[in-house]
Order: sequence, then structure tokens, then C-alpha cells
Amino acid sequence: MEAVLACVIGVLGGAGVWLVQRPRTFQVIMGLTLLSYAVNLFIFSVGSLAIDKPPVVRPGVPADLEHYTDPMPQSLVLTAIVISFATTALFLVVLLATRGLSGTDHVDAKEDEP
Amino acid sequence: MSTLLAHLTIWPILLPLVSAAVLLLLGDEHRRLKSLVNVTACLAGVLVAALVVWRADADRLGVYLASNWEAPFGIVLVADRLAALMLLVTSIVGLCAALHAEGAWSRVGVYFHPLFQIQLMGINGAFLTGDLFNLFVFFEVMLAASYGLQLHGSGLPRVRSGLHYLAVNLLASALFLVGLAVLYGVLGTLSMADIAAKLPHVPANDRGLLHAGATILALAFLIKAAVWPLNAWLVPAYTAASAPVAALFAVMTKVGIYTLLRLWTLLFSADGPSSHFGQSFLLHGGLVTIAVGTIGLLTTVRLDRIAAFSIVVSSGTLLAAIGADTPAVMSAALFYIVTATLAASALFLLVELVERIGKSRRQQLTEDDDDDDETAPGEDTNLDDAQLPLVGRAFPVSIALLGLAFMSCTMLVAGLPPLSGFLAKLSLLTAVVDSDATGSADLPAARWVFLALLLVSSLSSIVSFSRAGIKHLWATGRRSAPEVKGAEAAAVTTLLLSCALLTVFAEPVLRYTRATAEQLHAPPSYVDRVLSTTAEPRP
Repeated sequence: MEAVLACVIGVLGGAGVWLVQRPRTFQVIMGLTLLSYAVNLFIFSVGSLAIDKPPVVRPGVPADLEHYTDPMPQSLVLTAIVISFATTALFLVVLLATRGLSGTDHVDAKEDEP
Repeated sequence: MSTLLAHLTIWPILLPLVSAAVLLLLGDEHRRLKSLVNVTACLAGVLVAALVVWRADADRLGVYLASNWEAPFGIVLVADRLAALMLLVTSIVGLCAALHAEGAWSRVGVYFHPLFQIQLMGINGAFLTGDLFNLFVFFEVMLAASYGLQLHGSGLPRVRSGLHYLAVNLLASALFLVGLAVLYGVLGTLSMADIAAKLPHVPANDRGLLHAGATILALAFLIKAAVWPLNAWLVPAYTAASAPVAALFAVMTKVGIYTLLRLWTLLFSADGPSSHFGQSFLLHGGLVTIAVGTIGLLTTVRLDRIAAFSIVVSSGTLLAAIGADTPAVMSAALFYIVTATLAASALFLLVELVERIGKSRRQQLTEDDDDDDETAPGEDTNLDDAQLPLVGRAFPVSIALLGLAFMSCTMLVAGLPPLSGFLAKLSLLTAVVDSDATGSADLPAARWVFLALLLVSSLSSIVSFSRAGIKHLWATGRRSAPEVKGAEAAAVTTLLLSCALLTVFAEPVLRYTRATAEQLHAPPSYVDRVLSTTAEPRP
């Protein structure tokens, strides 16, 4: 399971970094989105992966990491998702404004000289 | 009153938050009232910050447990000397930027006032928090507001540089999260004090991971602090932003510096297996940044670019000072941080006023020589409630005022006597030369390079400022005097006056910064203080 998740994070992160360096604003926003997916999965994975272990304490079960998964990364990832979603949405607005003002979707708001 | 004082530490966060909420509720038709609320809130912020400094200096104010949860589990706010000092500087800059904005800028777009307050809240929170994830949240609050403020006034140059600014900062936030997650994976905690306490007990085979995490985390702050080669975003974004916003942004680079200073001294300045990790990188990165900023200063006569490059130089100086790591250098650097921030903000406010020389409002809108096509609001859009043109009385002494203010800024940034810039540079130079005595750094060559770069950067600021001063102020020919309004003049004067006060009262301020540097070099006392604070009993 760890290997699969590591591969997924690697592929998402790699694709994100490549896309962020592309000249079109749409590619950049897709890259940022993929990067934030990679980061969120990464945060999730630092709490060590476990199947069938809830993060919420139940009565009668001793409260240690034998029986539960670490709730901290899950709460961190929730906050991180909300924040990255909001800022990406803001980026989308600026992207559209640039497109409207300059008439091109190049990140520098002007086409490269041929 | 005593209950209010007990919660003093959280005031600098709550005050702007509540003001922002009030400002949001006030509709667009209450413009006068909104301006009044904004400036009053900033003024109250200065008073609160002064109170925090006073309490921190008396060593009475320490740790505030938010929601009464104890340290490693709950989120704490820590107002030690360093945080208090940064709060005070931020609040002064905030007040002056708010005053300046009332001249004209606050009316060229919507939601200026709430965004301004939210930005202040984010900056104050970042200074106060004692928890890494909470730091991330405050960083994002600060950045989210700054994205809006950077675009304030609209126009293609702003939107274009705003796009780059946003993309860079989103990447920096991703790095921040990765670094944070690695540190949590290794140490199992996010409270700064708890991290510092657990750091010496990390097993040797986890140290590589720990250092990798700390490095990735530091990268995010280095981007914010505008260290070469991570500072290409700074000059376009700061020059495109409107004057009061750029003045406030001058504080934002200092947030990056503050975080590096706080975390590096807390985690890596003590003796131990990770002792002085990354020190030479901070030192050399700082030196290269000073060099790049100096070259940048010499390449331009545009005032806004000069102001932006002097921010780069001051970031480099501070970073190199952190890297030099002796209490004496750090104390001088803290004095320098105050002077440099106030001077850079004054310069940004001044730039826009100087550029008005010889232009009527309408000309500014139609035929602008630079690529900024909307540096100031137009006459038509600019009628206040009484339907009087906002152009205002021409300040009869406006050119004289601008000239004097520009000269003071030059003296402050270049470090010429008699203003506080000179004292800051002098104490920095003395401390760097003297640091042989304490012998902490085994980098004598780097120290001499630091010394030389400090002097060269001063010289090139003088050259650059003189050139720009001649072009914009002296050789203005018969161009008409600029229209400077009372609020704008008051904002610049207040900033320069606080630098003058800093010069007169240099002795107590230097005593304060020395105590701050000593506090920073004793991380165990910080850790004990935070971890031993117990929750209030239930009433």
C-alpha cells in the first residue's frame, strides 16, 4: 500500500511540477491543482497508513495508536484542502482577468516572438 | 480591566478581525465612516502593540493558551520580546499606510479596508503564534488578503504581476505543507516549543529526514523573505502594487525573515547533534542577496524599482546577520529591521507622491510614461460625499516636503548620519568585526565579505538615490508642483518622525534588542516557559 501511494504522490507531484512550468495559464492552474493533491496525500500518509482503524475514540477500546489511526494528519489535511481550494479559485479569477485584459492566455500576458 | 489585560496577547489578532467584520458590514455608501473605522482601528493597533512591548519588556507577558488548552496539544500564542517588537513595527506601518490610503487610493476599488485589516491580522498572527500549522494558517490569511490588495486598482500590469505572485506563493505554500508534514512525521508534534524539546532525542537514522523537512520548510520562508534566487517575483509585484499596499508589503518580507529567525534560533542554535544546521547557507544566501540587490539598485532610476531593490538588500542583510549568529550581530540586526522596515515603507509611500510632480490628475491617467497605465485614480471617478473634487488644495510646500522626505529616506536606507539608519549600520558593522571575540562562527572570510558588501550596498544606494533624486526632484524644470493631501503628507512624516525618534531614543531601543537577542539565544527558557504554562482553573 505504501509503495502504491508513494508512486501516486510521485506521479501527481511530477506532473504538477511539469505543468506549472508550461507557458499557458490553464496548464499552470492544472499543475497547481495536481501539486496540491500530491501535497494533501503526502500529509495524509505521514500519519502512517492503516486499514480499519478509526481516528475517533470509542468507549471500551484503549486510546493508543494500536487501535486508532493518528487523527492529527487528517485534520491538517482537511484545513490544507480548504485553503488550497480557496486560493486556487482565486488564481482562476486572476487568470480570467489576465485573459480578458490582454487577450492571450500566456502567463506573461504576451505571446512569445516567433 | 485586568481581565482585558489577561487577554492582551490575542488583541492584536482580534482587533483587526473585528474591524474587518465591521468594515464588511458597512456598505459602500458610508465611505467616510469606513475610512474613520480603518484609521481608528490601526491607531488602536499601535496602542495595543505598544502595550504588548511594554509588558514583554517587563518580562511579564508570556504565553497565552487559546481556549485554555495546554501547550503541546493546544495552540499557544507567545508574545516574547521579538514578537512584540515586530508587532509594534507592523502596527506603525499599518497606521501610516491606512492614513496614506485615505488620500485617494482607498477609493479606486472595492473592499480595500476589510482586506487591509485582514492582512494586518494575518501578519500579527504569524508573529504571535507558537504552533507550526497555525503559522501556516496565518500565512495563508496574510497571503489571501495580499492577493486582493496587490490587485487593488486593477490594470494589466497589476493583474499580470499578480498572476506570477499568486503562482509563486501557491508553490511556496505547497513546500510549507510538505516540510511541516515531514517534521510531524519525524517528531509527532507541531508546537514549536515541543519540537525544540524533542529535537535532541531524534534517533540518528531519522536525522536526515528531519533535516530534509526543515530545509523544505525553510525554502517556503526563503521565498517569502525574497532571497536570491527565489526573489524574481518581488520587484514586479511590489512596483505594480498601489502605494499604501506596497508599504504594507514591505512588512511581509520581514515576516519570512522573522520566521527564519525564530525557528532557526529555536531549533538549531543550541548545541547538539543538529547544531548550526544550515547556518552557512543562510549566511551565504544572505550575502549573494545583498550583492544582487545592490546590482539591481544601480541598474535603475525608477523610484519604485529602487524601493523594491532596497527591500531585497535589507532582506539579504538580515539573513546574513541571522547566519552570522552571535547575540551582538543579532541585536544590531533587530535594530536594523526596525529602521529598514520603516524607511522602506516611507519610501514606497513617497514614490507615488514624487511621481505626481508635473502631472495633473488627468495627465496621470492618460499619458503615463511607464507601463503603469493607472497609477492614480481619475478626476471623474473621484468625487467624495460633498461632491468636491478630491484633488484638494495644492500643498504650497509640497516640493520642499517631498524633497526633505526623500533626503531622509536616502539617509535612512544608505545609512548616513544622523538618522537611525546610520546607527543600525554602524552597530551592525561593529558587531560583525567584534564577533571574533565570541568566536561562534568559523567563517572569517564570509564575515569580511559581509562587511564589504554592507559598505558597497550603502555606497550604491547613495549613487542610485542621488541619480533618481536629481531626475525626479531637482531637474523638474518648470513642471507644476504635485498635489499632496494632508493625510498623505502626515503618513510619510509620521514614518520618518518615528525613525527620528528611534535615533534620539537609540539607547533604550538597543538595550531592548540586546535583551531580545539574548532571549533568542536561550531556546531552553522559551521551551520551558511555553510547556510549563498551565491552564486556568475552571471558575
